[in-house]
This record gives sequence, C-alpha cells and structure tokens, in this order.
Amino acid sequence: MDVQAIRQEFPILNEEINGHPLVYLDSAATSQKPQQVLDAVNDYYKQANSNVHRGVHTLGTRATEQYEGAREKVRAFLNARSTAEVIFTRGTTTSMNTIAYGYARPNLQEGDEVVVTQMEHHSNLIPWQQAVKASGATLKYIPLQDDGSISLDDVRTTVTENTKIVAITHVSNVLGTINPIKEIAAIAHDHNAVIVVDGAQGAPHMNVDVSDLDCDFYAFSGHKMCAPTGVGVLYGKKDLLESMEPVEFGGEMIDFVDLYDATWKELPWKFEGGTPIIAGAIGLGAAIDFLNDIGLDNILEHEQQLANYATEKLRTMDGITIYGPEERAALVTFNLDDVHPHDTATVLDAEGVAVRAGHHCAQPLMKWLDVTATARASFYLYNTTEDIDRLADSLVNTKEFFGDVF
Amino acid sequence: MSFNNLDTLYRQVIMDHYKNPRNKGSVEGDALTVDMNNPTCGDRIQLQLQLDGDVIQDAKFSGEGCSISLSSASMMTQAIQGKKLDDALEMSKAFSQMMLGEDVDTEEYEMEDLEALQGVSQFPARIKCATLAWKAMEKGAQEE
Repeated sequence: MDVQAIRQEFPILNEEINGHPLVYLDSAATSQKPQQVLDAVNDYYKQANSNVHRGVHTLGTRATEQYEGAREKVRAFLNARSTAEVIFTRGTTTSMNTIAYGYARPNLQEGDEVVVTQMEHHSNLIPWQQAVKASGATLKYIPLQDDGSISLDDVRTTVTENTKIVAITHVSNVLGTINPIKEIAAIAHDHNAVIVVDGAQGAPHMNVDVSDLDCDFYAFSGHKMCAPTGVGVLYGKKDLLESMEPVEFGGEMIDFVDLYDATWKELPWKFEGGTPIIAGAIGLGAAIDFLNDIGLDNILEHEQQLANYATEKLRTMDGITIYGPEERAALVTFNLDDVHPHDTATVLDAEGVAVRAGHHCAQPLMKWLDVTATARASFYLYNTTEDIDRLADSLVNTKEFFGDVF
Repeated sequence: MSFNNLDTLYRQVIMDHYKNPRNKGSVEGDALTVDMNNPTCGDRIQLQLQLDGDVIQDAKFSGEGCSISLSSASMMTQAIQGKKLDDALEMSKAFSQMMLGEDVDTEEYEMEDLEALQGVSQFPARIKCATLAWKAMEKGAQEE
C-alpha cells in the first residue's frame, strides 16, 4: 500500500495549521475525503442533478441510476443478499433510531431485556434507554473486562431467554476494542434475540460481511469512511425490515394514498421518506470504490501497524496513561498526568496536530474509566508513522509547556 | 519551541488559579446550589452562592474540568463575593463581551484577574470552557 500516493488524493492534507503541516489524527470523528469522492458529488450536481424515482426526463433517469447504483455498491460492500436490505439514512444515529422505533418499540414488552455494553457510543445506547422506558422492558449490561474487552462467557450469562435485542458496537470508538460479532450473534440467536451492530468504527476499517457475521442489523456512517457527511446506511435482514412499519411518513415512501389511509412502497424505499440523500449516497458509492481499490485488508493491516507503533511510542513516555486492550483498532486513547485533555489538544493544535479531546459521546464509558475526559488519536489509511512521531514530539512539548507554566 | 500564541491563552495568572483554586469547596449553611455541565466536553461545575438579601456573601465551586474552565470559576467566585447579584450579572455580561473579543473596562467591573482570560477569545473552541461558571451563576440568579 503506497501511503504517499494515497495522501496525494486528499487535498486537505496539504493544509497548514498554525504554521505547521496538518497532522490529522481525528478520523474516528470524521475522515477526510479523497478527490475522487469530491468529484463524484460535484459531477452529480453538474451532470445529473434531478429528483429520483419520478422524473420521466433524462436527468431523472441518470440520477436514479446513480443513486440505485450506489445502493448496489453498498450491498456488495457488506455482502448483503439483496439491495432491499440496504437503506440509506442520515448516519448511524438515524439508523439506530429507525431500529429502535421501527423494531424495538413495537416488539418489546414488560419483562423483556435489551442487552448492551458500557463501551457503547451514545447513539447505540440512548435509543435503547428510551425504547425500554417506553415499553417497560429493562436494559442490561455485559460487563467489561479490566482491559476494556468483553468475554464471551459474560455474554452467555447476560443474554437470557428474556433478551429480545443485543445491541453492541463492532469497534469501540474510545478503547479500540474489536468485539467478536459473529460469536455474539450466535449467542443472541440461540436465545431468539436479534443482534444490532453499531458499525460506525467497523465498516470504514475492515471487511464487513453481514451474511457471514449473521447480524440482523448493521449500521454505519459514510463520513467516517471517506464519504460526505449526512449519509449512512442501515442494513437489516429482509424479513425483519418487512415486518417493520416505516418511521418517517411522507413523499417517496408511499404506494397508494387514500383520503384516510395509505400503503407503503416495497423495501428499501418504504424507509426512505422524502427526497433521499442522493448526492451523499453517490459520494458513498465513490468512497466504497476508492476503499475497494486499495483493499480493506490492506487498510486494516496498515492501521494495525500504526496503532502498534503509536502504542509503543507513547508507552515509552513518562506520565501518560493509555486506555484500552492490547489488541486494538486504529486509535489510541490517552491522558497526560496533570494536564486536562482539552489543554493537551489545544497545545497539539498549536503545532498542527489534530486530536479529539472530551468524552467521545461515551459518558458511561468515561465513568467506567474513572475519568471525565480523554484525548484520542485515531488513524486512517492516509496516516503515517511520521504523523505519530509528530504527535509524540508535540506531547513532549505539551508536558514541557505545562511543566513550565506551573 | 515557541508557543507565543499559547502564552496568551495560558497566562501565569490562569495557571495560578488552576493550580491553587480560590473558593474551592462548599458553602457552610444554606446556599443556592447550581449544577452545570458542558455537554460537548464533559466538564462540570457545582456553584454555591450564599445570599444575604441581594448581596452575594459567599461563593464556592467544585467540579472537574480543564485549566480554562476551573481557573475561570476560581476567578469568578473571587470577583463576585460581596457584590450585589445584579452587579454580578452585569459583570457576567461584560465577561461574555470579552470572550467575543470586545474591549471591556475590567477596572470598572473590578475583574482585573479575569482580564487574563482575554486571550481565550482567540481560541473559539475554548470559549465555552471559560463561560461555564458564569452560566452557572446566571442560572442561579434566575432561580433566585
């Protein structure tokens, strides 16, 4: 994998930040976009912009072909059985809420359980908190091991006959934990529960085969995998999606409309009320082409090297705490002793290094870690070991700076 | 290494308040208690105001946060002690203006230490840190 050539595809990486070349280490929040994706969106607006599924005119056909073509790319990317199982949404949060409203609430009743973990991002937690409140079901947590991983034995004891839904992240956005989805799905299915997977940190970084994993629902966001903001995907098994009522009603999703009632289009369109996210979906299709050309396996291997390099490098420093298990995805979460992560991030930014500081939309996990906030450096296919060297140098400077002012 | 820009953010007086916070703890006896957090970053503060009529007799704070939010809380509690609630609210307005980069006569408001936080206005991402304690005070005043 030629990282220098890949970097050339990302115009933003040429930016100077506070007089320094940008080192972008916040891809877990959102990834940067390659020229190919920017061009695909631009070209759509310049040559095909039109509404989909209705225009008799030529542009309408072009737009529909491109939009539905993007759906087929997503289907192949996930190895879903049919494009009927691929719904375009605004992102992971909207996907989760669609499941929570369309599937969970009508199916949950008192005595039922929804099982989650304490490492969930708020988007895979709050929809379930609200769904159990509305239905009288209860929320249960699979405990975390000391290193922030989960054990399958704990999954087996937490999931019971009363469990209707197991909702779990593929990859933790804070700890970097990679969860064994296939095994957890098997346990859920043994108890006739469905498994909902938050793939926001999974799909951008590794091959995801929903048929092999046998997950019932899988959600992810385009913007974390080189696509524009505002587009994401909800994958669901066809029989489940067919059993669900739409969550949004209006144009585009209807079949027949009478004065007092209406019927819905078939899958996947019954879940896509209103003019869909046409340009976003086309951008996502282009991003999938881009990632496929490089190869998800190559990307994963490169990122694992970066994560290992970063962990080793930071570990040699004094006064730093690193969180998460040994085997981790493409990120390192840490805190410097006696320096609040916001202050760390501000000093790093002064040297052109962009990291995230805060609770990472995972407040229950912060509680488990017994911190209010952390700093996080996250990597993607365009990052290099030099980026990590710049991070480490800047962390040394941060410690000096705060050492001096104290 | 030169951090000129950062020095305007992290001035000595700010670091002093961060390391040696004034009025940290809780008020003895009856007090107006306000909890406030910054949901975007997780910083949280509890502010307690002991009022005698409309005069702030004592102000104390506790909480967790970055150097900017905690030093601002320390400076604020110092500045508003003994002030009338209305005057403290005027001071809060002036502080907000300062955060927007406007010139404020800090002597008029007796908030000289707080002048040190002027540099925060150049760091838009950190303005919310500096205003957290003030928002808590305003919320308390509204409840009163």
